[in-house]
Amino acid sequence: MANIPVSGSRRRAEPVEASEAWRSFRFAAWLGWQITSNWTDPLLFAIYSVIRPVARAAILVIMYGVITGNNFTDPLFPYIFLGNAFYTYVFSIMNGVSWAVIDDREHYKTLKYMYIAPIRIPAYLLGRGVAGFLTASLSVVITILAGVLFLHVTFDPLHADWLLFSLTMVIGVVMLALMGLVLGAISLLIVRHSGFIAESVSGVLFLFSGAIYPLDVLPIWLQPVGYAMPITYWLELVRRSLIGDVAQAFTTLARFTNLELLGILVGLSAVFGVASIFTFRVCDRRARERGLIDRTTNY
Amino acid sequence: MTPFAIETETLSRIYKMRGSKKEKEIRKELVALDNVNLNVERGELFGLLGPNGAGKTTLIKVLTTLLAPSTGKARVAGFDVVEEARKVRPLINMVSGGESSGYGLLTVRENLWMFSQFYGVPSKVAYQRIDELLKRVGIFDRRHTKSSDLSTGLRQKMNIVRGFMTNPDVLFLDEPTLGLDVGASREVRGLIREWLDEDKARTLLLTTHYMVEADELCDRVAIINQGRVLACDTPLALKQRLQKDAIFEVETTPLNGLKAQTIEDLPEVRNATATEHDGGATLELILVEEGALGGVINVLNQKNVRIMKLNKREPTLEDVFVDLVGKSMADVEQAGSNE
Repeated sequence: MANIPVSGSRRRAEPVEASEAWRSFRFAAWLGWQITSNWTDPLLFAIYSVIRPVARAAILVIMYGVITGNNFTDPLFPYIFLGNAFYTYVFSIMNGVSWAVIDDREHYKTLKYMYIAPIRIPAYLLGRGVAGFLTASLSVVITILAGVLFLHVTFDPLHADWLLFSLTMVIGVVMLALMGLVLGAISLLIVRHSGFIAESVSGVLFLFSGAIYPLDVLPIWLQPVGYAMPITYWLELVRRSLIGDVAQAFTTLARFTNLELLGILVGLSAVFGVASIFTFRVCDRRARERGLIDRTTNY
Repeated sequence: MTPFAIETETLSRIYKMRGSKKEKEIRKELVALDNVNLNVERGELFGLLGPNGAGKTTLIKVLTTLLAPSTGKARVAGFDVVEEARKVRPLINMVSGGESSGYGLLTVRENLWMFSQFYGVPSKVAYQRIDELLKRVGIFDRRHTKSSDLSTGLRQKMNIVRGFMTNPDVLFLDEPTLGLDVGASREVRGLIREWLDEDKARTLLLTTHYMVEADELCDRVAIINQGRVLACDTPLALKQRLQKDAIFEVETTPLNGLKAQTIEDLPEVRNATATEHDGGATLELILVEEGALGGVINVLNQKNVRIMKLNKREPTLEDVFVDLVGKSMADVEQAGSNE
């Protein structure tokens, strides 16, 4: 066997942190995409990617039409439609990041090999969430397109504030990924098939984030939960950037300017970000102490 | 620089086990490692030999930074596995046998390439090394097969390549031949030896419960049971401990209720184990001197047990284990599974 020199063999002891984190993220993103897109043949995957979001949006529109007597001119309709469409990111990204723990540990039995590799596990998990972001983006674009073409949604791209939208999306995606990291950290400690975590958390947050109704609708004692969530401000900014005048028809957050909302979103995201990194470190240490990194339950 | 690739100092690991819902208050403690002191020199092929549940895998998990020790210290390649875990990881790799890990949707080559990228190996070098190792273990023709379509044995070979391809300073192989057929096991053992001979700075720690594997491969062996290292030496030196003893293997008719303990209680009998099988039994005897065999034959006669075959043989590592533990490895595993 020829001795082929391998880069970074015994001569290296001090990994370069930035490259290590980037490497972890990059190849985890590649892996996540392979897993997400390779479960069936490309044609079936494309059909599934189109039909799923359109069907979900259609159900919502039909329900709305039945309840309101087809009043699609009410500003509530685009409010609900966009809120629901963009909420797809919440589950997809959080699940993409946190599910990697369960998937690698229980299904592929590779989590231990990732843990002993010279990578940054948080960066690796965030990378695994990229596939969730991509599929959610595809889903959102298709949903909005279908909404405009077939489902009575009025949206004029020429009047959208694309700069605000881009900024909001960048902050929002980072915020959701860090929230996913918290769920991933908790998954490390739950030695069960805990795939329900992202689903239940995103389901609960759906109620409090003003996705499909303004926070005013909630009982007054529940509203603070919504106001404390960065997702609430993120969704509001997404709506304002795309359909500004319609979004401001609701009084809930009308007292804030776009800049103030952006400030709140950045502030809350930073708080959640610091908390998520702290939580991950604590859970990671506990998992090593309790021997949970490679414990499978064979569900 | 320390001459040791692996060092442990009074290393212990205790698992706290929770009881079932009904017995919530009952918290059991399982001592998986009990004050383990080991030094493995650079360039050494070191074996951990013991039955299932002896603590071998736990020790590997601690050394590979997967599991925190309860007390004590461990260093790999000169770095503390807890305090300097990030310095340890680029220098090690691990393969666990008897499992089918890997991303089933990726091909063999994609799986291996991806892991090489996590170790920062340039793609060109990685592909070269992957192809060469795949040829070496005989699955090069399956390189474009999705790993989910491989048999368990072939997947294990893929994982063995994953361990070697990053060219680690210290490689941990946990039961690498478990579940492999005889030919594949031989290939893997050949690869292990060749890989070590290629670079004298490489170190390999291997766990096994196959005595022959430990005997054939390892420079030194630590015999471990119930988390404690009972002996640590070269296979030859371990066997020489029993050189002055007489070791017999006796095939008999059924034992008619005769217990191995009765034989072991005889003078000059160091150890006796009995394995009953269809139509008879096999006695493994370690005698202080050959003359003690007469007493054993008398006891067998009293119970109407006839000797079918008597064989005196050289000591093996199994005999060393029996001598140290008082039971065969199979008996220890059987007792463990009955608990």
